[in-house]
Amino acid sequence: MDAAKPLNVTAALVAGLKAALVAAGLAFPILVWRAEPDYSNQLVLQNRWSWMAIAAIIAFAARFLSHVYEQRPKAEKAEKPARQWPPALQKFSAFAAPFAIAAMFVFPLVLLATLGPAGAQKWIDNYGIQILIYIMLGWGLNIVVGLAGLLDLGYVAFYAVGAYSYALLSTHFGLSFWICLPLAGILAAFWGVILGFPVLRLRGDYLAIVTLAFGEIIRLVLLNWTDMTNGDAGISSIPAVTFFGIPFKPGESGFAATFGLSPSPIYRTIFLFYLILALALLTNWVTMRLRRLPIGRAWEALREDEIACRSLGLDTTKVKLTAFALGAMFGGFAGSFFAVRQGFVSPSSFNFIESATILAIVVLGGRGSQIGTAIAAIAIVGVSELLRELDFLKQIFGEEFDPTQYRMLLVGIAMVVMMNWKPRGLVSTREPTLFLGKRRSFSGDLVQEGRG
Amino acid sequence: MELFLQQLINGVTLGSIYGLIAIGYTMVFGIIGMVNFAHGDVFMLSTFIALIVFLALTQLFGVTSLAFTFVVVLVFAMAFTALWNWLIERLAYRRLRGSFRLAPLISAIGMSIFLSNLVYVVQGPRNKSIPPQFSEVIKVTQGGTYYVTLAYKQILIVAVTAILLVAFWFLVQKTSLGRAQRACEQDAKMAALLGVDVDRTISLTFVIGAALAAVAGVLYMINYGVVNSADGFIPGVKAFTAAVLGGIGSLPGAVIGGLLIGLIEVFWANYFSSDYKDVAAFSILAVTLIFMPSGLFGRPEVEKV
Repeated sequence: MDAAKPLNVTAALVAGLKAALVAAGLAFPILVWRAEPDYSNQLVLQNRWSWMAIAAIIAFAARFLSHVYEQRPKAEKAEKPARQWPPALQKFSAFAAPFAIAAMFVFPLVLLATLGPAGAQKWIDNYGIQILIYIMLGWGLNIVVGLAGLLDLGYVAFYAVGAYSYALLSTHFGLSFWICLPLAGILAAFWGVILGFPVLRLRGDYLAIVTLAFGEIIRLVLLNWTDMTNGDAGISSIPAVTFFGIPFKPGESGFAATFGLSPSPIYRTIFLFYLILALALLTNWVTMRLRRLPIGRAWEALREDEIACRSLGLDTTKVKLTAFALGAMFGGFAGSFFAVRQGFVSPSSFNFIESATILAIVVLGGRGSQIGTAIAAIAIVGVSELLRELDFLKQIFGEEFDPTQYRMLLVGIAMVVMMNWKPRGLVSTREPTLFLGKRRSFSGDLVQEGRG
Repeated sequence: MELFLQQLINGVTLGSIYGLIAIGYTMVFGIIGMVNFAHGDVFMLSTFIALIVFLALTQLFGVTSLAFTFVVVLVFAMAFTALWNWLIERLAYRRLRGSFRLAPLISAIGMSIFLSNLVYVVQGPRNKSIPPQFSEVIKVTQGGTYYVTLAYKQILIVAVTAILLVAFWFLVQKTSLGRAQRACEQDAKMAALLGVDVDRTISLTFVIGAALAAVAGVLYMINYGVVNSADGFIPGVKAFTAAVLGGIGSLPGAVIGGLLIGLIEVFWANYFSSDYKDVAAFSILAVTLIFMPSGLFGRPEVEKV
């Protein structure tokens, strides 16, 4: 802290008190009383003055800290050069990606060795597979939002198309997963083109709203077209995945018996883990390769400045449409994996909140950054899974306290805070595709993002 | 014919509510060019504030006069919702005005998720229903055994909407605040140079939008008698559709768009399929934005390079 400008604690305290007062006022009707139906199903109010106190304390602390933070010397901030990673970290970051992938590959095996089949099941399923699905969805959406700069609020529609493609094709025509997987991707890409074609000449925020509308229309059709999709009840008894024809089931012809292993459901889980890992890595690999091709460069150029792109002769509709279709295709792959893993699909899995979660992953991670998206997926999904484990909090806050309710609350706050504090997300480096001498990535803050 | 008349009444009632919410969208879009995605959830929050004030009055203070209760609920809901939206603008949007174009929208989506989940956490997931209010009906005409009815609450909804719209029109057209607001809408930088406090004007725009949404929230609670923390999204999207249909940025457009959306929804549900009534609203939204982005009364947007 600069000696010339001592920290003004009084001002911070006053600001904090003001914030606490506002918070208490805001909290007054909505937090203090909770309307709950009593035994005769009539609403009665329950008093909870403590909630108002908690809200006021949180507001006080937040405002106090932010006030102190704002008082830090400004000169230092202005002279700060463009951020460069320290050399040691740069060296490490070259190895980080292969290391992370290797860690992913050994993850189930290590768990199996340490916890045994019964203990490892939960960890691989809830954490490993769940996180990888979201990493894959995040990477798929990253092509649309991160690279091409098109805000897609209906991404979950393509996830749904993939899931229902597999569910319907396998239950009606008995097609196997390995045939349905590419079909689901193709169908989702096809829908991406159909939905994308009319909307892509729209401006950024209009485009976002129309994709939201399309996403909801697809969900509502799935919900109401009962003959085809069985409506709200969903499609169950979807054929399970097989190990290239060998089913994962106990008994003579099952996977465990064929390979002389002791029967356990863990093999299916591990197989699913490697399957989604392979699919996610495929998504990443395709994206990384495409970025080096003219089409990938066109995407990134489009994100930075659409008007410049048009004046340089890029066919923006075609460029946007390829991004949309490719993103949709990976969403379709992920959807068909989702269907085979759950064995059950219903429209309630594909609501707007799901789209918003995937969008939050991309936005928090840093639009356009593959590693940032993966970190954000691990953080968001990992935290929400961890919240399920916090049962001991029930002893502190009472039986009714359910930590998982706070998941989306935190996601919402995180999106607002991230936009205000670091609008480009956690990892916002830009890597030029054309360079002189040595390829260097630089901070995204140095790029002027187009307002077009 | 009788069915048609009945649906017309229902549609106008519903449309008034959408129109009130749509004004919030259209004003904010007009002044800072941002789709205020959280507006539907601000509306939902106001229904809860209205519910709680209503219960507090009738149960804790034992007020029996329905008219008095209604006025107090309206005032409280407007005041608290306005305060909420003022704070939301300060915390979530103000700093993003110079940021890239999608930043405010993403922040608003985050705020929308936050609000709906906050209410979910503090008020619980279940539907909250109150006994029907103002539910006496007037029989308008008769066709066979079918009566066309006009409920008191429907008269109330349309009347309150009409009165508030007149007051609002007066505010925007005749007061200095309204002049400042229109000036900022046309050119914020020029308005600032001429001494208009742009920040304050934008704050007040959010406050007015929220107050009108709160009126819609109170009327919605009276009309349906049920509130739920998930009920912000769909009315929000429909009101946004109304704003877009009327021409976003245009105030009369928002009201007319709201009435049209209300009528379309009611007639669609009656003559086609009630399962697909939300699909109708979403389709109108998509079709309007694709083929007629400036709506019925909006100014066509000119892109400057």
